[in-house]
Amino acid sequence: MSVCGYADLMPERGACALVGAEQVAVFRTFDGRLYATGNRDPYSGAYVLSRGIVGTREGEPTVASPMHKQVFSLVTGACLDDPATFIPIFPIRVTSGMVEVSVL
Amino acid sequence: MTRIVVVGHGPSAYRLVESLRGFTGSITILGEEPRPAYDRVALTSYLAGKSAEDLTYPVPQGVTLRLGSRVTGIDRAARTVTTADGEISAYDVLVLATGSAPFVPPVPGRELPGCFVYRTIDDLDAIAAAAATATAGIVVGGGLLGLEAADALRGLGLDTHVVEMSPWLMPRQVDEGGGAVLRDHVERLGLTVHAGAGVTEIAGPDRVTGLLKPDGELIPAQIVVFSAGIRPRDELARASGLAVGERGGIVVDEGMRTSDPSIYAIGECALAGGQIYGLVGPCFTMAEVAADRIKGGVASFHGADLSTKLKLLGVAVAQFGQMSGALDVTYMDPVAGVYKRLFVSDDATTLLGGICVGDAAPYDTLRPFVGKPLPGAPSDLLFTGGGLTLDLPDDAQVCSCNNVRAGTVRAAVLDQGITDVPGLKACTRAGSTCGSCVPLLKQILVKSGVPVSKALCEHFTQSRAELFEIAQVRGIATFTRLIEEHGTGRGCDICKPAVASILASLHNAHVLDGEHAALQDTNDHFLANIQKNGTYSVVPRIPGGEITPDKLIVIGEVARDFGLYTKITGGQRIDLFGARVEQLPLIWRRLVDAGFESGHAYGKALRTVKSCVGSTWCRYGVQDSAALAILLETRYRGLRSPHKLKSAVSGCARECAEARSKDFGVIATENGWNLYVCGNGGFKPRHADLLVSDVDTATLIRTIDRFLMFYVRTADRLQRTSAWLEALDGGLDHLRDVIVNDSLGLCADLDAQIERHVAGYFDEWRATLDDPDKLRRFTSFVNAPGVPDPSIAFVTERDQIRPVGVSS
Repeated sequence: MSVCGYADLMPERGACALVGAEQVAVFRTFDGRLYATGNRDPYSGAYVLSRGIVGTREGEPTVASPMHKQVFSLVTGACLDDPATFIPIFPIRVTSGMVEVSVL
Repeated sequence: MTRIVVVGHGPSAYRLVESLRGFTGSITILGEEPRPAYDRVALTSYLAGKSAEDLTYPVPQGVTLRLGSRVTGIDRAARTVTTADGEISAYDVLVLATGSAPFVPPVPGRELPGCFVYRTIDDLDAIAAAAATATAGIVVGGGLLGLEAADALRGLGLDTHVVEMSPWLMPRQVDEGGGAVLRDHVERLGLTVHAGAGVTEIAGPDRVTGLLKPDGELIPAQIVVFSAGIRPRDELARASGLAVGERGGIVVDEGMRTSDPSIYAIGECALAGGQIYGLVGPCFTMAEVAADRIKGGVASFHGADLSTKLKLLGVAVAQFGQMSGALDVTYMDPVAGVYKRLFVSDDATTLLGGICVGDAAPYDTLRPFVGKPLPGAPSDLLFTGGGLTLDLPDDAQVCSCNNVRAGTVRAAVLDQGITDVPGLKACTRAGSTCGSCVPLLKQILVKSGVPVSKALCEHFTQSRAELFEIAQVRGIATFTRLIEEHGTGRGCDICKPAVASILASLHNAHVLDGEHAALQDTNDHFLANIQKNGTYSVVPRIPGGEITPDKLIVIGEVARDFGLYTKITGGQRIDLFGARVEQLPLIWRRLVDAGFESGHAYGKALRTVKSCVGSTWCRYGVQDSAALAILLETRYRGLRSPHKLKSAVSGCARECAEARSKDFGVIATENGWNLYVCGNGGFKPRHADLLVSDVDTATLIRTIDRFLMFYVRTADRLQRTSAWLEALDGGLDHLRDVIVNDSLGLCADLDAQIERHVAGYFDEWRATLDDPDKLRRFTSFVNAPGVPDPSIAFVTERDQIRPVGVSS
């Protein structure tokens, strides 16, 4: 599903897209890559991950929950502070300037 | 599929379920308390201001958790349990984690109103409520928990007594000599200790009026807290015919299995190896063993290290290994209040145990050597205390809560490249429960060649103060340039907001300009305060707490029209809760049009300057405190700093504005103003220190200017002024030298920086509303800008909205 233009995404920041009933957090990192995860913070239960700070930990792109700062890998979805906790990861790509996400 | 039913939801049950992660089967937890498992070790901090939520463990996912559900019976033949409300749950595996109940000695009057126990959050709420009308309180029991309870009563402002049967306090952790030193400490804090004393009765008649001792002394008090040991909650096991110990406790084998192979018991209700364990470490181990067995493993529990190290009433107390031995070496300094004793084997070669009061350093260095050859002469070991660094043997236990050995920690450092304490916690679990072994972890890091780092995070080796200097001297105005020239990688949630704050202090640009926007925490990113359900709150600035009726009406109208929960804050302003991101610009359009500005409640920045009405109205006031508060709040509004800044101005020595609890507080005198700095409320209250006295307004402002700018330049990230002053070499005298006597020649620079700030101030919200580019971010969904977030819901409580609990 096409959610927004690539240019609508701020570098090193997330945005949330509503894909069906799923809230998907879409991130554009400094190198131009895109990542998509669930928007729900598994610790607080609030739908806020798209509003976290994007960064790196040992080179791995991450987002920190804005609620209580747990850091998640944008690649695997694993919480790097608590590796047994995961957030869902979704496929994402750019097709002719439009960002597409699949939640299937 | 295996159905596991857990009876009880305390720390042991929490750890059990956590350890069962990955298990395929259903887990149902039936908890008696109305709330999920919480950290009882931290109970006293609840009365000191932590919330129940702060103490609550994360609720595990994928399990059925029924709270307020007391199990009344087990039918072992049918393999079901029944709760008080008649609900029946079938199990394949049953785990009893029913915990313990405080032991209340059978003395007359023990059931009078005013008698309490100290175990649950509900108990603490009841004690706090009763303390509101009480003047004195008595704790029966001078053990570890009893002194915790005494600390709590003292914290509630009560004249506090401790009654202990044994001749000295904490008889299970310290010997007579240690007890005497401990008593001195406790009495110096104003508590009264009655050691070697029993209880004849609790005096009534209708509610507690005192405690009568066997010697005939009546201690007057309105509150009595019993903390005289625990009794395992084994009544369910008993009624269903499981084996229980003579003195209570559910008998379990080394796999935590009861006499019925499909029933396990863990935690304080279990009698393992003939012993009940009341410490969190062994209870966690039992939970892990039971989880492993349920999953088909062979883990077993063979007793536990009962070493303890804690800080009670500000006194360090520690005990490890045995409390007796063939030989012992004692160091005692009654003046400093220090007592240390080591027990060694009769040939003086093997360490058997130790006791520390007032200085727990030997615990950190020596506990891992229990049962091993002494690493030095006993007297040297006692004297050198914390200064000593010893090479721990690989099998030495470092963390007793999680049973982690030195070899495991060292391997994490050497093989997995872990370089800091948080990394070790995540990797080995050491230090993640009570934290008392963190100094040991640091020591292992240092010994393994990891430099102790002042680095801000993995992206910058510099401290915040060093980065501030670099940015200032080199004129760096962007994060990208700073990290490319002076850091590595692309930053994280630690360095980005810290650098954003430095750049904002230096250059005063809009926090959402260009790439700055991506650096900000969500609060600064949306210029509002995030709340637990993902909505935000809005706080307009009300300088000095002074507001016209017309503006007050506007706030009311805005809150009403947007349906916001409205509350008066402690800083004399009004907080409007429950706004979705797309509502924020609409709300602020109305507020800005009515003349309001951002209150920076969301920023690490100046928050408010509270005031009393002062000499204008008050018959006691000696200066116009409200006018000064407005002047100060207007001068420093928008100043970004390492942490939030709060201030207050009182118009006379009665101090109605509570200025001495603030980062900078001003109190009027007949001759001018007194300036107090580095106060704090919160978790660790600190009264502000007098910096200058009887100064005129111009001198006062110049001194505050320099104080704030010096703090902004030199403090660590998230270091409040109180912690900053305590860490400052030379303390208050040095601070006065720098900003009053200009000992570092900095003052002209500090003055200029503040002048730039004052001249460059603009309202962040007005500037945001004027910039379509900044406004674009205020949507819940990038692909559906008009759609509100469906996960956000409210119910009505006391005529206002309240968030519906977000599921976790």
